[in-house]
Amino acid sequence: MEDDNTWFDEEAGPLVRPYAMTGGRTRTGQTELDMITLVVASRRRHARPGAMEPEYLNILSLCQNPTSVAEISANLNLPLGVVKVLLGDLIDQELVHFRTALTPDNEVLQAVLNGIRRL
Amino acid sequence: MVSVGSDTGAGRSARDLVAVAAVKLLIAGGFGAGKTTMVASVSEITPLRTEEQLTQLSVGVDDLTGVEKKTTTTVAMDFGRITIGPDLILYLFGTPGQDRFWFMWDELAQGAIGAILLADPRRLDSCFPALDFFERRGIPFIVGVNCFDGAPLYTPEEVRQALDIEAHIPILLSDVRQRESSKALLIALTEHVLALNEQRA
Repeated sequence: MEDDNTWFDEEAGPLVRPYAMTGGRTRTGQTELDMITLVVASRRRHARPGAMEPEYLNILSLCQNPTSVAEISANLNLPLGVVKVLLGDLIDQELVHFRTALTPDNEVLQAVLNGIRRL
Repeated sequence: MVSVGSDTGAGRSARDLVAVAAVKLLIAGGFGAGKTTMVASVSEITPLRTEEQLTQLSVGVDDLTGVEKKTTTTVAMDFGRITIGPDLILYLFGTPGQDRFWFMWDELAQGAIGAILLADPRRLDSCFPALDFFERRGIPFIVGVNCFDGAPLYTPEEVRQALDIEAHIPILLSDVRQRESSKALLIALTEHVLALNEQRA
C-alpha cells in the first residue's frame, strides 16, 4: 500500500549518492579549490586507465585544456563538492595542475575592460 | 584563498604550469529578471549549470522514522565564459534564484569583481534581498533595469529612489537579450570597480 509520502523519480534523489564516489569525504585534501579554479591534466604524468575509477578518468579527459571546476561539475553533472574532492585526489597525485582564481586588482580589471570592449 | 599574486609557494608552482587564470563576476536579480538570458547573450559557450548540494539541512532532523524528510537540497547556478585573452578567462555566474541559499552567494562572491543586479521594473522589490547582500558585504555592484516587452518604464533616477541606491552607483536601462546591452553592463561594472579602487588609493 502506497502512501502520499512515497518518492518517485527525482524526488527520491540519485540512485547512487554522489558522495559515494568520494568514499563519503566532503572535503578536499591539501588544496583549496574555488569554483573558478582552473585545472589542467599533467602532460608529464598519466593515469593508468585500469587503475582508476571512471570518474577520475572522465575528469582527466575534460581538463586536457585549462578548465574551471564549475565546468567540470556541469559537464559531469556532479555537484561542485564532489568534483572538488575528486580533483583534490588527482592534484595530490600530481595528475592535475591547478591555478587559483585571480584577485581582481586594477591590472586584471583593465584587462577585463579591454577584453569586453573588443567583443 | 591563496592568491597567485601573493607568490606563495603553491601559487607560484601552479602559475608556472597553468598559463591561464580566471576571474568572475555575478549576475543577480529576482526570478525572471533575465540572469541566464544575460549570460547567454555574452557567453562564448551555451550557459552551463553547476550544482551544489546542501546536506546541512538534515542536521537536527534526527528522527530515524522520518524517512519522508528530504535531507538534500540542490542549489543550481547557471554560468558562462568569456575568453578575455590568451591568459585570462572571465566567468559570469547567475546567482541562485532562491534567496535562502546565502551560503552559496558567499562562495560566489568570494573574489568576484562585483555584481550586476538586474531589476525587473514590474517587481522592483524582488531586488531587495540581493541589494541587501551586496551592501552588507561591501561587494561593488551596478544596476541594470530591464526594459524589454515595452514594460512600463521608470527612469534610472526613479529606480534609484525606489531602491534607495547611492548616487555614485551606475543604473542603466538595459535589454539583456541584446549582446551590446549586456556588454554595456559588463563595461559599466568594471569601470565602476576601477573608479572605486582609484578613490580608495
